[in-house]
Amino acid sequence: MGLKLEANALECVRGGRMLFQNLSFSLEQGELLEVSGPNGSGKTSLLRMLCGLLAPSAGEILWQGTSISSLKEEYFKELAYLGHANGIKGELSAAENLRIAGGLAGRRPSEEKIAEALERVGLLDGEASLVKTLSQGQQRRLALARLLLGEQVLWILDEPLTALDSAAVRLVQSVLGEHLEGGGLAVMTTHQPLEVGAGRTVRLNLAPSSER
Amino acid sequence: MLATLRWVIQRDVTLAWRGRAGVLSTLFFFVIVVSLFPLGIGPEMEVLRAIAPGVVWVAALLASMLSLDRLFAHDYSDGSLEQLMLTPQPLSVIVLGKIIAHWLVTGAPLVLIAPVLGLQFDLPPGALLTLIGSLLLGTPALSLIGAVGAALTLGLRGGGVLVSLLVLPLCIPILIFGAGAVEASITGTGAEPHLSLLGAVLVLALLFTPWTTAAALRISMD
Repeated sequence: MGLKLEANALECVRGGRMLFQNLSFSLEQGELLEVSGPNGSGKTSLLRMLCGLLAPSAGEILWQGTSISSLKEEYFKELAYLGHANGIKGELSAAENLRIAGGLAGRRPSEEKIAEALERVGLLDGEASLVKTLSQGQQRRLALARLLLGEQVLWILDEPLTALDSAAVRLVQSVLGEHLEGGGLAVMTTHQPLEVGAGRTVRLNLAPSSER
Repeated sequence: MLATLRWVIQRDVTLAWRGRAGVLSTLFFFVIVVSLFPLGIGPEMEVLRAIAPGVVWVAALLASMLSLDRLFAHDYSDGSLEQLMLTPQPLSVIVLGKIIAHWLVTGAPLVLIAPVLGLQFDLPPGALLTLIGSLLLGTPALSLIGAVGAALTLGLRGGGVLVSLLVLPLCIPILIFGAGAVEASITGTGAEPHLSLLGAVLVLALLFTPWTTAAALRISMD
């Protein structure tokens, strides 16, 4: 049986304002869900819900037919999240960041794999400098390297292209393409349309209810 | 589970070491506050000996409040707290690791320097030993209880003061037993009952606060 992520009649209320309601979709292996919508339409909230960081006001999210709130750690094992903040520590070197992230995920990556992932995202000297001395774009690339190393099957990416140059955007395209071809699932918000060229793209537009 | 604890502790101790200034400020705060009393009161040994247990313990309490905002705030602002919450490990274990690391870098130095400060108050050797023992049992409990407050006030403006208001009342038993132990040792009535009670508080805190803190973090992230 293929892996499947489903959302059933999700509703999101933030600060007394209804952001979306009755939102349902289902995502299977090799599919990319591209969430679009203007600022403040609840894209990030939706993604945080899919991660289990935010409880939906109504509705439920199912992974393999089971609610993610009861799966918890089982679900987190399959999930990689890249949020607005990169979630990397400035006082550690790039390689240290990846080593610790891997160790905490319970699959300690080998040094070769770490070097490989860093090379793939164009950060050659992983040990040389602390991450806080790197540029915003380089830090985003490091966050991508964490995705590459993780081997999780479901990627949830919030604006992965922020601060990236055109070469890195192409890198995201090819990495995502490989992920989908390898049977992965991905959910992504973005303002720029991204041609992945692999798998199937499902588009979801979170327009404010008045414009719908 | 032990591997997770080890990774979290290693991570946080490394981070604290790379940003030593913040850790050292807690220690200096403790040293300076305790040292102000002999300077202010003058060389009246009887008075100093009588107030020593309370002074050292209150200073330790305030110093550990001061360091609480370091526990989650940095991880919260750079997004790594989200990542920690999404690792396939129980959040309470990660929280426990963070608290242990926090105690190692902020509480343990206080325990080590306290006997030196006790000399300023002319404490007898037996009382100095009790002081070390009581701080060794009490400061981890302070870190554990403080973590709940730190998690609850995460992301709030003026969280630092709020943490103290929330947590200080809960720490009063630790203060009473801790200072009581040293006092009993000075007067020679035996410190064991106080130390046993401190140990009981520590065990209770170890049992309950990691879960409470994890729940509080989930609420704060929502």
